[in-house]
Amino acid sequence: MSANHHNMKITFKLFAGLSAYLPSDATRNSTEIDVQLGETVHQVIDRFNVPREEAHLVMVNGIYISPEQRDLSEIRAGDTLAIWPPVAGG
Amino acid sequence: MSWTGKILRVDLAAGTCTSEATNMEWAHDYMGQRGLATKYLVEETDPKVDPFSPDNKMIFATGPLTGTIAPTSGRWSVVCKGPLTGAIACSNSGGFFGAELKNAGWDMVIFEGKSASPVYLDITNDQAELKDASDLWGKSVWETEASLRERRGDPDVRVASIGLAGENGVLYAAIVNDLDRAAGRSGVGAVMGSKNLKAVVVRGTVGVTVNDPMALMKTSNVAKEILAEHAVTGTGLPTHGTQVLMNVVNEVGALPTHNSRDVQFDGASDIGAEAMAEVRESDGEANLVSNHACFGCPISCARRSKIDPTHFTVKDKPQYQIVSGGLEYEAAWAMGAANGVNDLEALTYANFICNEQGLDPISLGSTIAAAMELYSTGAITQEDTGGVALEFGDTKAFVAMVEATARGEGFGKELGQGSLRLCEKYGHPEFSMTIKGQEFPAYDPRAIQGMGLAYASSNRGGCHLRGYTVSSEVLGLPEKTDPLVTEGKAGLVKAFQDLTAGVDSSGTCIFTTFALSGDDIAPMVDASCDGDWSVERFVEVGERIWNMERQYNIAAGFTGADDTLPERLLKDAAKSGPAKGSVNRLHEMLPEYYELRGWDASGVPTAETLGRLGL
Ligand code: SF4
Repeated sequence: MSANHHNMKITFKLFAGLSAYLPSDATRNSTEIDVQLGETVHQVIDRFNVPREEAHLVMVNGIYISPEQRDLSEIRAGDTLAIWPPVAGG
Repeated sequence: MSWTGKILRVDLAAGTCTSEATNMEWAHDYMGQRGLATKYLVEETDPKVDPFSPDNKMIFATGPLTGTIAPTSGRWSVVCKGPLTGAIACSNSGGFFGAELKNAGWDMVIFEGKSASPVYLDITNDQAELKDASDLWGKSVWETEASLRERRGDPDVRVASIGLAGENGVLYAAIVNDLDRAAGRSGVGAVMGSKNLKAVVVRGTVGVTVNDPMALMKTSNVAKEILAEHAVTGTGLPTHGTQVLMNVVNEVGALPTHNSRDVQFDGASDIGAEAMAEVRESDGEANLVSNHACFGCPISCARRSKIDPTHFTVKDKPQYQIVSGGLEYEAAWAMGAANGVNDLEALTYANFICNEQGLDPISLGSTIAAAMELYSTGAITQEDTGGVALEFGDTKAFVAMVEATARGEGFGKELGQGSLRLCEKYGHPEFSMTIKGQEFPAYDPRAIQGMGLAYASSNRGGCHLRGYTVSSEVLGLPEKTDPLVTEGKAGLVKAFQDLTAGVDSSGTCIFTTFALSGDDIAPMVDASCDGDWSVERFVEVGERIWNMERQYNIAAGFTGADDTLPERLLKDAAKSGPAKGSVNRLHEMLPEYYELRGWDASGVPTAETLGRLGL
C-alpha cells in the first residue's frame, strides 16, 4: 500500500495578510491541498510556514478552532481549513 | 472645556441663527454628540411628533473630543426622530466636517421648523447665516459640495448635504459630508430635506480648548501607540478595510444572502477585500486605489476605489471614471450578497451613486433584495418594476433599481419607502428583513446568536453599530465567544451597548475599540473635559443614554413586542454552514437582557433603574 493511499484532499484558504503563504495555484485565496491521515491543524499551519502567532482565526468548516485544540484536532477528508490574522470591520 | 459651551440654534421658519450656552449640567450627564443631542431632542420635542413635521428637530452634534488631537476625533452625529422607524434616529459620520464645526466654536447646531424655500446654512466661526439654495435644489451631493466650495472661494470649507434622495423623501436618505462620509442610517437625510435645508457649509479656525493639554497629549499618545501596534487597527483595517469581513462572515455561515433565504453566498470571494486588491485583466489596475482617513485618524480604514472604465455601468459616463469612496463591508454585502450580485465593479458603481445622491446602502440593498423575493414569488411582476425582470443575481436589474431609487423614478419611488412598506403593500410583510422598520445589516443572527439580541434591542432598529458582539462572537476581540450559543450573550450585548453609547458621545470612532478599552478612552475625555471622567462614569453615561433612548421610543409608542426579529430568522433554519438547522433563539436571551438592564418583564425601565441613572 503506497503512502499516497493515506493522502486526503482538503480545501485550504488563507486570507488578508496571510495570502502570501498560499501555494501559487490558489485562486481567490483558496486551493486544494493533500494532507496526511492524522495531520493536525497546527501541522498544516507549520507546513505552509504560516506564523502560528498570526493564525488568529482558524476555522475548520466555519467552526473556530482555539489555539489549544490546534495540536489535537485532526483534519479529515473534504474539510475546509480557513485562516485569518486578527481582522475586524463593521 | 473641550465643549465649546456654545450651541447654534437655527430657526428655519424665521430664518434666524442664534447662539446660546450649552447646558453644561446635561453635558456632564450625557457627554456630547449622541448623548447630549438626544437629551436636547427629548427635552424639546414630543416623541409622538411626525418625523417630517416642522416640529421634529434635527441636531448636528460634536463630542467633547471632536476636533482635538485625540485619535479618530473627526466624529459627529445627526439626531432626530427617524422617518424609517418612528424611533430615535442617531447617525454617526466621520470625515472632516464635524471637526471643522467644532473648530468653528460649536458643540451642536439645532435645526427647528421648516424653511419656506430651499436654504443652506453658511458658518464661519461665530458667524452663521441661512442663504438661498434654490439653485442647489435638484443637485447631487457632489455638485452641491463643489458649488459651495467655489462660492466660498475657500478650499478648506467642509460641507454636509443631501442629494436627490433627501429631497425626494427616501426614507433611508443619508446626509453626506466630504463627498463620501455619511450619517447614513434611519433617514436623517429625508428629515433634512423635509426642512428644505440642502446643505451646511462650515469653516472653523477658532480651535478647541482642552482642560489639560499635556494630559491629553500624553493619553492620546498612549492610545495612538496601542492603535498602531494592534494587528487590527495598525495593520488589518488600514490594509484591507472593513471589507475583509466578507469572506470571514461567509465562512461562518452568517452572510445573509438572497434576502436571508440563504446564509452563504457563492460569490462572496468575488466582492470582498481581497478581490478589491486584485489587478483587473481589463485595465491592469485594481478596484482599490488607496486607503483614506477621517480627521485625526491613524487607522485609515476608508477605501478609495476606481471602477473599471470598460464596465457597463460607467463606460459612457466619464463622471464616474474617478477615484472616489470605495466599498465598505456593509454596502458590499447589502447590495451584493443580499441580492446575489457578485459584480464588484457594479457594486462600486452603486456605492458611488449612494454617496452622490445620499442613500443608505444597507437599507437600499436590503430593500431591493426584498423586491427580488417579491418578484420571485410573483407578488410583483414586470408591470410593477417598469419592465425589469428583477431576478436574484441579475446585475443589470439591480443597477437599474439603484438608479431608479436615486432619481426617484418609477418603481424606485416604492423602493425608496424601504422594505417594510414595500413588502406590506404587496402582501408579504414577512419578506421584509427589518427590525422596528429598519433593515438589519450584514450578520445573520441564526449563525451569530448575540447579534439577534443586539438587533432586536437596538434603539434605532436593525443595526450592528449599537452593540457589535460580532467582535467577540466571530472575530475573537477582545476574547472569543461561541457564536452558536445564547448563554452569556445578554450580558455581552449590554456591555457592548453601554460602552458604544459612551464612545458615540465622545467624538471618537467606535473602530478604536477593537484595540482600545474604556480604560484607554476615558482618560482622554478626563484630560480634555472639566470634571472627573473615570471609566466607570464613562460607561454609566453610556447606560444612561441607552435608557434615555429607550424611554423616548416607549413614549413614541414602541413596546417590548417590537424587540423582535423577522420571522424568518426565528422560524426558518439556516440551510448551510456551522449553523445549519438552527434559528435565532432570541427568547433565550431577551428576558435575561431585560433583567440585566433593570427593566420589567415587558421591557420598561423600572423606577429604580431610572432613579439610579438620574433619569
Ligand atoms: S477608523 Fe475608519 S471610520 Fe473610523 S475614523 Fe478612522 S478612517 Fe474614519
